[in-house]
Amino acid sequence: MLRYLLQRGASSLFALLIITVIVFSLSQLSGSPVDALLPDDATQEQIDIFIREWGLDQPLWKQYLTFLGNAVQGDFGVSLKWPGESAMGFVLDRMPATLRLGGLAILITLIIALPLGIAAAVYKGSAIDRIAQGFALLGQSMPNFWLGIVLIWIFSVWLGWLPTSGIGSFAHLILPAIAIAWFQISALARLTRSAMLEVLDAEYIKLARVKGVSEWAVVFKHALRNAAVVPLTYFGILAASILTGSVVIESVYSYPGMGWVAIEAIRGRDFPVVQAVIIAYAVIYMLSNLLVDLLYVIVNPRIKHG
Amino acid sequence: MNTSQTDALLDVRNLKVEVTTKAGSFFPVNDHSFSVKSGETLGIVGESGSGKSMTAMSLMRLLPKHAAKIRGGSVKLDGRELLTLSEKEMRKVRGADISMILQDPQTSLNPAFTVGDQIKEALKLHAPGGRKTLRERTIDALRRVKVAAPEHRVNSYPGEMSGGMRQRVVGAIAISCRPKVIIADEPTTSLDVTVQAQYLRLLKELQDETGMAILFITHDFGIVANLCHRVIVMYAGRIVESGPVAKIFAKPAHPYTEALISAVPSLHGQKERLTTIPGQPPAPTDIVVGCPFAPRCQYADARCHSEAPPTVAADQSGDHTTSCWRAVEA
Ligand SMILES: Nc1ncnc2c1ncn2[C@@H]1O[C@H](COP(=O)(O)OP(=O)(O)O)[C@@H](O)[C@H]1O
Ligand code: SF4
Ligand SMILES: [Mg+2]
Repeated sequence: MLRYLLQRGASSLFALLIITVIVFSLSQLSGSPVDALLPDDATQEQIDIFIREWGLDQPLWKQYLTFLGNAVQGDFGVSLKWPGESAMGFVLDRMPATLRLGGLAILITLIIALPLGIAAAVYKGSAIDRIAQGFALLGQSMPNFWLGIVLIWIFSVWLGWLPTSGIGSFAHLILPAIAIAWFQISALARLTRSAMLEVLDAEYIKLARVKGVSEWAVVFKHALRNAAVVPLTYFGILAASILTGSVVIESVYSYPGMGWVAIEAIRGRDFPVVQAVIIAYAVIYMLSNLLVDLLYVIVNPRIKHG
Repeated sequence: MNTSQTDALLDVRNLKVEVTTKAGSFFPVNDHSFSVKSGETLGIVGESGSGKSMTAMSLMRLLPKHAAKIRGGSVKLDGRELLTLSEKEMRKVRGADISMILQDPQTSLNPAFTVGDQIKEALKLHAPGGRKTLRERTIDALRRVKVAAPEHRVNSYPGEMSGGMRQRVVGAIAISCRPKVIIADEPTTSLDVTVQAQYLRLLKELQDETGMAILFITHDFGIVANLCHRVIVMYAGRIVESGPVAKIFAKPAHPYTEALISAVPSLHGQKERLTTIPGQPPAPTDIVVGCPFAPRCQYADARCHSEAPPTVAADQSGDHTTSCWRAVEA
């Protein structure tokens, strides 16, 4: 079991390394930093000094190693757009805001989607199943930025219940979290439903009933234990989509989290911050996948022996 | 009828199950009456689709939700009517008084729990006890189905066992609470021949030990000859013949039974299955006029095609019945 987790951890680190290569190459592709960082009327002498200082005259692989060495220490240079801020420091500053928003979105997703999916499977063909399917259709045919705007319009402008934008109180989190969770709820509920339906048809479910096991235990012990692997696998994707979803939604709600920083940094060609935010996203994504691996072991005891 | 009802342990009268599908509704269990005594094995034989599993599941009251409903009749266990019990009371009967061995050993154990936990679950429900007693009784159940090293096997997952071993575990679950009746629904179909023979011997031994009644469902008349005392033959949702195994083998009264028996290779010393019954049973939703077997019957005459045959005694003793016009004329 420990070996399994170590293996997963090692492959995550490897993936992270590849991402640093990509991030590094992207910054090479998107034009010379000389153009981006120096004023247009810089003298040749200024340019030469800049190139030497930044190691731009070194071979590419050496530049990458320097970049990697700095990255490992969390050093991506200073922000160009927000003077005086270290790039990673600025991103880390915004991270708790994003984690709060993403965490609430995940919580809303799980609390609604799992019971809905299970109930839709157990009462297949009933009213609740049809409601779940209608909800899924609605969720998947609506882009989340659009939903975000609709929610602002209804709850902030029209009803005046919740703030339109910004950060500060729990109330600020509600609308953006719902906008992010909406699509995920329909996706996860559908997935849970189909996983449960498949498992509920299995012979071992019949055998549990033959033993005299109550319907409640049949569903929540025998079926869910086996069906859980599917939603759990999806949890990695869920975490990723909630992070990317937050990029869009944070902008819609002017919510100053990492996503908002990402968009602003791209707009301002602030490469150090863009690099820092991508790496930060990647690390969050990998940690959540490692968490999924850990949950796997708990749900599926057979891995312990493998 | 064919058995005296007074000493019957499980007594089924005029049981009817209706299945409703988009294509229409039909009765896969149509007016079944039969009974079993303690220590007796009743074979239920018929081609695939003849309603054997539906019969079994209706006795457990575990028919597929929505699709199938019991429409009448009576199922008495030790004189107690099961069809009118509440779901909660019925749960106390399942696994404790009647239990069941399902067909497929590969899939009838839950892959996420150890076999010990799966046996213990039944014990906990019907015969609760302390941790240590439960563990002992779990191991004992495995020992009774002759699983080697049961103290270790309790901690195994089904995925770590062979098909034959898993089927023994399913057997251990079935006998763990010492039920009065066990229904075995084609329990050996997917096992190879030697494992199958061992399993049948084991069932017989367990029966001698506990005096339980067995309802043994199969499509193989060879197994019936080996294992059963009496047999009912099903065709298209109807019992077409019933009686003691010896009598039915000596002189089958229904042409369908006759065909099934001649399809058994071992009984005739043939190496391969030479006779299969030509033709197909009617589709469940077909409206059948006359005898349902008539299109495949070599003895069918005009009346067979127009009028359904009644169920009549096949001989003087009264324990052998059949639904065939030929028996009426005899
Ligand atoms: N869940 C179900 N829904 C609808 N029809 C079913 C279902 N299960 C079985 N049937 C039908 O009921 C009839 C009897 O099936 P079954 O009892 O499984 O036969 P057997 O066990 O003898 O092979 C068949 O016609 C089959 O198609
Ligand atoms: S009633 Fe007629 S068709 Fe039916 S089994 Fe008897 S002889 Fe054959
Ligand atoms: Mg069957």
